[in-house]
Amino acid sequence: MGIRPVAISVDSPETSRDLCQKAGYTYTFLSDPKAEVIRRYDLVHSGAGENGEDIARPGEFLLNSSSTVRWVNLTENYWVRARPEQILEAAKALD
Amino acid sequence: MRFKDFNWPIWIGFLLTIASFISYPTLFVRFPATRDFPWATLLLFGISLMFLLIGVRRAFSSSSRARSKVLASLFVLLGVLILGTFIVTFFVVATWLPASKGAPQVGQKAPEFRLTDTNGRQVSLAELLSSPINGKAPRGVLLVFYRGYW
Repeated sequence: MGIRPVAISVDSPETSRDLCQKAGYTYTFLSDPKAEVIRRYDLVHSGAGENGEDIARPGEFLLNSSSTVRWVNLTENYWVRARPEQILEAAKALD
Repeated sequence: MRFKDFNWPIWIGFLLTIASFISYPTLFVRFPATRDFPWATLLLFGISLMFLLIGVRRAFSSSSRARSKVLASLFVLLGVLILGTFIVTFFVVATWLPASKGAPQVGQKAPEFRLTDTNGRQVSLAELLSSPINGKAPRGVLLVFYRGYW
């Protein structure tokens, strides 16, 4: 599909590496331990982390090659995520 | 106590209530069809409530001892509490998310950033958008922000 998936959370590189190994993920996982980028994207969920730290609320952004947002999914329930079909539809329409 | 005196419906009901609660995060969460609306879990809860009610009726039948009535009532109460906890966790607590009104919207440029990947390497958004996938330039990038692994 030519889309690069990139996962971002406050998890450390070690924790993400652990998760990738256990789940067999091969795509890019980035660490934002101080939630700086998460804050810039206005996705901070204050104190919701396991130890009361700030974490990201779930959100997905599909960007085209010029970094313009073409599709956004900000779930209203953190158990509910975008389905692959929805993302594929959005990816097909990418300019 | 003879086998036919044993109130097995109440026990099945209670154990099934616990199994129903556990079923969501361990099994049903893996499939979008049962994850996005937990109908399968609610169905299991429904079946367990049925057994609890059968068990309660049995415990309160005239031939039963007081101890059976207390135990059965306790199990029903616990069962309802467990179901209540699931419902509140899924339909209420999970929706306590910030509004994120300032998040980039369709048509806006995504803020640039530089973060560390799992190999300890610093990666920028510009690189993610340009470094080739299987020899070809990416058509785009999907940023997936998530709560974390715990």
